[in-house]
Amino acid sequence: MSMQTGLATSTTQLRTYAPATDVSVAAPAPRLEIARAEPVAARRNPRTEPGPIRLIIIALAIAFLSIFVVLPLLVVFASAFSKGIVAYFAALAEPEALAAIKLTLLIAAISVTLNLVFGVVAAWAISKFEFTGKTFLITLIDLPFSVSPVISGLVFVLLFGAQGYFGTWLQAHNVHILFAVPGIALATIFVTFPFVARALIPLMQEQGTQEEEAAISLGASGLQTFFRVTLPNIKWGLLYGVLLCNARAMGEFGAVSVVSGHIRGETNTMPLLVEILYNEYQFVASFAIASLLAMLALITLVAKTVLERRLDEAEVPDGD
Amino acid sequence: MGLTLTWLSVIILIPLAALFLKTFELSLDQFWAIVTSRRTLNALKISFGLSFAAACVNLVMGTIIVWALVRYRFPGRRLFDAIVDIPFALPTAVAGVALTQLFAQKGWLGAPLAELGIKVAFTPIGIFIAMVFIGIPFVVRTVQPVLIDLDPEIEEAAASLGANRWHTVFRVILPSLIPALLTGFALAFARAIGEYGSVIFIAGNLPNISEIAPLLIVIRLSEFRYADATAIAVVMLVASFLIIFLINRLQRWAQARIPVH
Repeated sequence: MSMQTGLATSTTQLRTYAPATDVSVAAPAPRLEIARAEPVAARRNPRTEPGPIRLIIIALAIAFLSIFVVLPLLVVFASAFSKGIVAYFAALAEPEALAAIKLTLLIAAISVTLNLVFGVVAAWAISKFEFTGKTFLITLIDLPFSVSPVISGLVFVLLFGAQGYFGTWLQAHNVHILFAVPGIALATIFVTFPFVARALIPLMQEQGTQEEEAAISLGASGLQTFFRVTLPNIKWGLLYGVLLCNARAMGEFGAVSVVSGHIRGETNTMPLLVEILYNEYQFVASFAIASLLAMLALITLVAKTVLERRLDEAEVPDGD
Repeated sequence: MGLTLTWLSVIILIPLAALFLKTFELSLDQFWAIVTSRRTLNALKISFGLSFAAACVNLVMGTIIVWALVRYRFPGRRLFDAIVDIPFALPTAVAGVALTQLFAQKGWLGAPLAELGIKVAFTPIGIFIAMVFIGIPFVVRTVQPVLIDLDPEIEEAAASLGANRWHTVFRVILPSLIPALLTGFALAFARAIGEYGSVIFIAGNLPNISEIAPLLIVIRLSEFRYADATAIAVVMLVASFLIIFLINRLQRWAQARIPVH
């Protein structure tokens, strides 16, 4: 148990890093402006390093991020357009590509909707009520983050596979879960479950139960209280969770790869098609699909930055 | 609320229970035979060893990046700050094919490296590179807020008491970053151990040489050797939990030693 609690703590810390990013933008500014205006003062400033060391550290940081992050991203687009824009769009118009895009959108719609509903309920239960087994529930929510995606897929094979616990029953009743849409959806839901709940729990805990209690005492029903009081308070956090949940749902590879069966045109999501095309040396087609996913990642990052600013702004009046 | 618990148990508890139930179907001898077979041991060694090495690189480079982002001003700083999250956001399969293309013999970085006689793609070095890629945001994002919140007076006090900059950084600032650094290290390490998508393309996947444990699970599943796959998965899970538990302990110990807080 203590083992799992430890795990939960570390994941929590990871999740809470986000809003602090913007602080960095403002924090070091004044100090360094002084340093720039008066080089002599900079040398005496006890809080900074000598110029050459500063340059080396900046150069190392830029070089590392360029090689390990910027170049791979550029390679995706360069390879996708290497045979020209016509080949790029032709690759995307292939029936197999269209089927993969459709399946990915369907899976994302299913898993984001379900995780939205249950994420809100889970966060609501954890932050507004006291009950036994709360720590256990929080640990459970964090669990999918700390398990290898392959293992997340494996557990569903163990349940629904031909030799799985429900395998015989499913076969007898002609129900297809594994190597079909339900299996892919289940694995995706498992992997993306924590996002919405994780985004909401700290927010809802901070807001407490006063406003809800006031609404109820003024005669509002439970549902009214939720839609009129709770929901407006958490809307940005909710959007934040949905955004990350969606990005992961569309991009999930390991878990989905295990349960999909790779049936061409049927159970291949976009990331799976990227793999298949790449292994068949159809690089332009593979990177064309990959470029769509990369764009999704970039859009998600931009939207995330905007939302983090909103969340920070929303927090300011609370602090006063 | 009852609904939440039911849903959680359906979607999370039952699958995980299945994993352990399956393991208990094996006798201890069978389990031991699977786990200590040469191929499994090598896959585990590769996964854990290279993840550890990658997490170490992430620790050092992550600290340097955080320092540059928080303490200095340079053109494009905000852009680079945002870029740190890309390994998080980019689907792993996309990262996998991109890194392979980049480091392949004819790739932008693979070609010059090949002239130096260094082969990255389809070797263990490739696995290591992919793990470094995937782990960097974990260290940066856990350490960044702590360095930002660090009280400037401590440094000024150290300096005014006669400590030179070197001493201030290594004796005063870095020690107070240790808990965050350890957390970042643990997260990067754990992520690299379980990573599949961004590694398998660049790995080469030769049994005993460049085959990671998650891939071996997938291979065993495709051979319908469920028991083998499950045994490897359980070893991976238990080992990762132990590592995180250990690092968590270490972190608490370090936290207690910080004089400032």
